[in-house]
Amino acid sequence: MDEIVKDFLIESNENLDRLDQELVKLESSPSSKELLASVFRTIHTIKGSCGFLGFARLEKLAHAGESLLSRLRDGQLMLTADITSGLLAMVDAVRQMLSAIKASGQDGTEDYADLIQHLANLQCQNARGSSGLCEKATESASTAKEDPKEVALPLSAAMEVNELEQADPSKIGGVLLERGHVTPEELAAALRQQELGRKKLGEILVERGAAHPEHVLDAQKTVEIRNPDSAVETIRVGVNLLDRLMNLVGELVLARNQLLQYSSSRQDAGFLAVSQRMNLIATELQEEVMKTRMQPIGNVWDKFPRTVRDLALSCGKDVRLEMEGQDTELDRTIIEAIKDPLTHLVRNSIDHGVEPPAVRQEAGKNTTGVLKLRAFHEGGQVNIEVSDDGAGLNAERIRQKAIERGLISAQNALRMSDRDIFNLIFLPGFSTAEKVTNVSGRGVGMDVVKTNVEKIGGTVDVQSSPGKGTTVKIKIPLTLAIIPALMITSGGDRFAIPQVSLLELVRMDGGDVGKGIEMVHGVPVYRLRGRLLPLVYLNRELQLVNTASIKKGEDSATNIVVVQADGREFGLVVDEITDTEEIVVKPLGQQLKGIPAYSGATIMGDGRVALILDILGLAQRAQVISARDSALMEKEKDGATEKSAATAGHQTLLVVQCGDHSRMAIPLSLVARLEEFPVSAIERAGSQEVMQYRGQIMPLLRLSSVVAGTATPVPGAGTEDRLQVVVYSEAGHSVGLVVDRIVDIVDEKLVVQTPAERRGILGSSVVQKRVTDLLDVPSMVRHVIPGFADLPSGDRA
Amino acid sequence: MASTQQFCTFFLDGHVFGTPVPKVQEVIQHQEMTRVPLAPQVVSGLINLRGQIVSAIDLRRRLGLEDRPEGQLPMNVVVRTNEGAVSLLVDEIGDVIEVEEETLESPPETLQGFARQVVRGVYKLSGRLLLALDIDRIVDLSDLNKPNGTGEF
Repeated sequence: MDEIVKDFLIESNENLDRLDQELVKLESSPSSKELLASVFRTIHTIKGSCGFLGFARLEKLAHAGESLLSRLRDGQLMLTADITSGLLAMVDAVRQMLSAIKASGQDGTEDYADLIQHLANLQCQNARGSSGLCEKATESASTAKEDPKEVALPLSAAMEVNELEQADPSKIGGVLLERGHVTPEELAAALRQQELGRKKLGEILVERGAAHPEHVLDAQKTVEIRNPDSAVETIRVGVNLLDRLMNLVGELVLARNQLLQYSSSRQDAGFLAVSQRMNLIATELQEEVMKTRMQPIGNVWDKFPRTVRDLALSCGKDVRLEMEGQDTELDRTIIEAIKDPLTHLVRNSIDHGVEPPAVRQEAGKNTTGVLKLRAFHEGGQVNIEVSDDGAGLNAERIRQKAIERGLISAQNALRMSDRDIFNLIFLPGFSTAEKVTNVSGRGVGMDVVKTNVEKIGGTVDVQSSPGKGTTVKIKIPLTLAIIPALMITSGGDRFAIPQVSLLELVRMDGGDVGKGIEMVHGVPVYRLRGRLLPLVYLNRELQLVNTASIKKGEDSATNIVVVQADGREFGLVVDEITDTEEIVVKPLGQQLKGIPAYSGATIMGDGRVALILDILGLAQRAQVISARDSALMEKEKDGATEKSAATAGHQTLLVVQCGDHSRMAIPLSLVARLEEFPVSAIERAGSQEVMQYRGQIMPLLRLSSVVAGTATPVPGAGTEDRLQVVVYSEAGHSVGLVVDRIVDIVDEKLVVQTPAERRGILGSSVVQKRVTDLLDVPSMVRHVIPGFADLPSGDRA
Repeated sequence: MASTQQFCTFFLDGHVFGTPVPKVQEVIQHQEMTRVPLAPQVVSGLINLRGQIVSAIDLRRRLGLEDRPEGQLPMNVVVRTNEGAVSLLVDEIGDVIEVEEETLESPPETLQGFARQVVRGVYKLSGRLLLALDIDRIVDLSDLNKPNGTGEF
């Protein structure tokens, strides 16, 4: 293809991207003369260039848009949403034509007559004045002033212009004359013609055969260069070249590492100095080359104002887009990779997140929803947040949908925290949208977002609060090619752990090992500042050495690398921690792609290959990541606090009565619900009284018989045709405590006075001036139902 | 004149195998390897080929032959494949020989198992037989979906 056409395509595409943004901006501030002028100029440039290059259809279309714009600029029309949509449609049409040109060298066969007619109609639609005036205005619009540089002046001033143009070498005519591409006579004639028509000088010259199109374009460029504000300080470089450069720098970094290792083993001061210098230069070079591939995230975001506008319009919603941190820079490859996921999130927020204006008003919110994009650097990573102030996620509905679709079991669903529930939306085939729109709701998408982000070593998390909105947080590495990593040794092999997964390092010397690592149901854990950290032995996970030799407390020292994957932490037990190093990530061959434990390999300073561990894959393999574990742990923690608080602190208590006179208190935080059931709901499973409750079989405990010692349950004693049940839940299992009466809820400072002599009772205290037994619900429940909630810790049963 | 083809030959457990010369990128002596835990047994490890990381496949294991005797260092035949370079570990490198297409025969019916799938044919040389290997089939390990160990994946 012609070089000129190629340049034209690149330039025009850039101009069109700018147009998109400017038009949307213009809509929010329709009176901005500057914006209008800029939009006008952009379309005008495109139109002008097609004139030279002979793309008549494209020119016609651009002209229609330009006429409309000129009326806006002259204040004869006010910008409306319709006009903006019309202009945006024109931009799209121009884009299609450009791709047709790119593909075939011709501007397509479509002439967009409808669109052109539509644009013309828009001109008349809200013209100030009668339709007759409108026609006149249309005409005058077409002869209207075009470029500030080439102002069409009344005839009387023609001579002046003529002189000006000839004298001024910063004008296109002047340049052409200067180079001898046109004769002064031709130029003068063309200028005179320009006064009469609406065309650009260059166009006229080409039409008259007075100048070659190439010369005109050339002259136009010269004009741009001579104009100080359009002077260029950048050059275009192919992306392939940059990628190749990056690869070479990667190789250089490897060679540098090898050189450094070699030089330090030599007793040669001169050599050492040279290699040190080489080291510095290579490091600097690496940084600079990296920078050439960095692009501001704004490049991706620039498309969003348009997307948001169009979508909001089609969904009947009012959405304002706010962006923060557009200049946050990212590697080109990463920018490419997050483009689609981000677009999807934005679409999702508008379609599902932000409510229609009426609903928002009802909820007492501003009718205009706010969609916020935020990007910032933090800890060597880039954080991108997409948040809306919409309705938020409905945990219950997601739970139900997930169960319905068989993505999780009902049992699992109940024991999952809201946070885990929210993250279910990233599962494949999940969508809670009531209706499928053409925007989203087909159940593909969120999982693609997650896979794409994870593919580039990033993580996605969703946070939401009902009625307030949803925030999706994406964390991604700055670059993929060279990353800092911790080098470790296990089973005699070296491995690299990417720094992004790393939290801290723990080393235990001989004596402490036995104390630090404990077993929970055969699973090793480590107490890290009071939290239980599941441990994964790398040797065992990767089958590096005979697993029989790994025993608790056998080694002289244990190294734990605390890592996180998918928001969960775990400890990786390795033989030795070596060093941190910048490593160049190399892909593994197709033969090894199927092993999730590695994300790649790298070449070390000594030339040997080391594998890069994929912490997420490793965690999944070791089954560290499962919602159940962490939920359990949290419960356990809560339970422990409850217990200690119950003996000392200030607490809200549920006071119940059972048996004849005894009063009991249960910490309210342990109470899931208070329910009332008809006696007929009781069923039996063996000797145990049970009932169906929320899709589960819930065992019932009669407090009076369990604790108060009343021998027999008292069914139907007098008024009791209804049961008062206190539901206690743990890890998704529920048990119903049947009481005679719920007395009160009180806030009391507890002083346990009589120590417990009965099982399930913490002690007695004075509550509301009456002696009240404090129930230890977890231990009582276990006393009656051993193995309740299947807790791994055996100490409570 | 019958058409001829150049074959790079190598030895495995006394047998002569070969692959067309254009398939072979280079032949290098034994390289230090980094083993890959959890990988299929036939992958002996990774080698550093001038900054490029290349998987090494033990041809003896791949073809179901006995393991190399202790202490015998294999040679690397680096072959070009659609998925990039892969190194094949062989006992010893033979000559580059020219074979006539007419001497090609399909593998004997009695050749069973995986070898049957990767031996494209047998060339009858004077005094011995050359087994022509299908390299692309050999480096595609998708038939081994159970890696060494647990078979979880």
